[in-house]
Amino acid sequence: MSFFEWFGELGLFCGQVVRAAFGAPWEGRELVRQMDSIGSKSFPLVALAGAATGVVLSLQTRESLTRFGAKAMLPAVIVFSLIKESGPVITGLIVSGRVGAGIGAELGSMRVTEQIDAMEVSAVNPYKFLASTRVLACLLMLPLLTLAADASGIFLGWISTTLSHPMTLRLFLHNGLRDATLNDFLPPICKTAVFGLIIGFVSCFQGMRTRGGTEGVGRSATSSVVLSSLFIILADVILVRFIQVVFPS
Amino acid sequence: MAEQAKNGKNQEPLVVGRLHKSFGSQKVLNGVDLSVARGETVVVLGRSGTGKSVLLKLLVGLQQPDSGSIRIHGQDIGGLGMDQLNEVRKKIGFLFQQAALYDSLTVEQNVEFPLVRHTTLSDAERGKKARDLLASLGMEKDLNKMPSDISGGMQKRVGLARALALDPDILLFDEPTSGLDPITAAEIGQLIVKLKKERNLTSVVVTHDVHGAKSFADRMVLLRDGKVVIDGTFVQLEKSPDPFVVQFLKDAA
Repeated sequence: MSFFEWFGELGLFCGQVVRAAFGAPWEGRELVRQMDSIGSKSFPLVALAGAATGVVLSLQTRESLTRFGAKAMLPAVIVFSLIKESGPVITGLIVSGRVGAGIGAELGSMRVTEQIDAMEVSAVNPYKFLASTRVLACLLMLPLLTLAADASGIFLGWISTTLSHPMTLRLFLHNGLRDATLNDFLPPICKTAVFGLIIGFVSCFQGMRTRGGTEGVGRSATSSVVLSSLFIILADVILVRFIQVVFPS
Repeated sequence: MAEQAKNGKNQEPLVVGRLHKSFGSQKVLNGVDLSVARGETVVVLGRSGTGKSVLLKLLVGLQQPDSGSIRIHGQDIGGLGMDQLNEVRKKIGFLFQQAALYDSLTVEQNVEFPLVRHTTLSDAERGKKARDLLASLGMEKDLNKMPSDISGGMQKRVGLARALALDPDILLFDEPTSGLDPITAAEIGQLIVKLKKERNLTSVVVTHDVHGAKSFADRMVLLRDGKVVIDGTFVQLEKSPDPFVVQFLKDAA
């Protein structure tokens, strides 16, 4: 299948999922189940990655800032770096790995074992029950997971900083957030909702078009992760520039 | 459309005319004609890859034919929109070859799945209907088990209960006895006979097990190269001088 055919089919798929999402019956129970699976169960991994990023930022930038006589800027560098870029991108990539593979493999195995056909024969729209619930769960959970990554990163960044240069968390946050505006916080959080859409749509699409038995399921899981990670990185570049233009600091 | 549906009540529930279907250069169905009367069980036979399962998927709109017509209760499903097709699908039960039970749901939830979405029954009524259906198929003890925890024969029974949940009047079976031991396969055959008697269901059964199918078939249709070779009773098949029919029955013995 050519690159353009793939994009065309993805576009049609997204249209079907969006159309299916509106209108009864509402699959509330399935949505909550997916929010738990995608959100709550990704929380420990995302928080850990955020924490590690906070520590690394503290360790790496301290030396450089000290060299330029700007050590007092360390809290601001950690907070801004996490909130504006590291937190959203790390969360997006981690969730695309954990959740993208899961959705690709689950829907792929449902396709090859005819469970999706069985759903259609039961007059139940799989685009609604399977895809729209997962896409919506990704859309809602990514911003919340990013907040968790940011919070744990800032907290561990403070701990790492205070071990070498003791300061209270209150002072750390005061220094870090002193020059911050709403435009520094909200756009990056909203950016992760776009990452959520990318993970949901790409993984559901790859899963539901699986062919070729268990080998096909493996391919779908892998391609879900690879493609959604790739599109997250590309979307990040575009969105960063978009945010700079539309929401200047 | 309403008139067509009204007229359909007096027509044969399932009529297929000049059905063609190809995948790339491979012609799978090449002008298949088939009609099934109310309460009749027709068995579609043929070697692997002769388009038997494709025929069933065409009947419920899972795949689209290249040409030809499919009439369910007099209504041509070819030109139907998704909502209208779904209304037709509610009257058709489908038992898949591997049962196709939803992995993430229990046995009881699998049977309730269509009931939740297409009926106004309360939780208690839905549960009772699902349990009654499962009990009628001998599965009353396994309500809370997951599909992966039950045997292949039991999965087929649950799949059958799910197919019957919306009280269909047409039932389609894709290889209902494949992969089962002879005793379980015979039990599934007996269930098909029982359902036919109790519910007067119109059934199409795709299988390659000609001798197992004798117990429940009113008519047998043998496919070869996407065409119907013979359409008749088992006795008529046995008496056929057609070399392919003779060879098929000999190989199946």
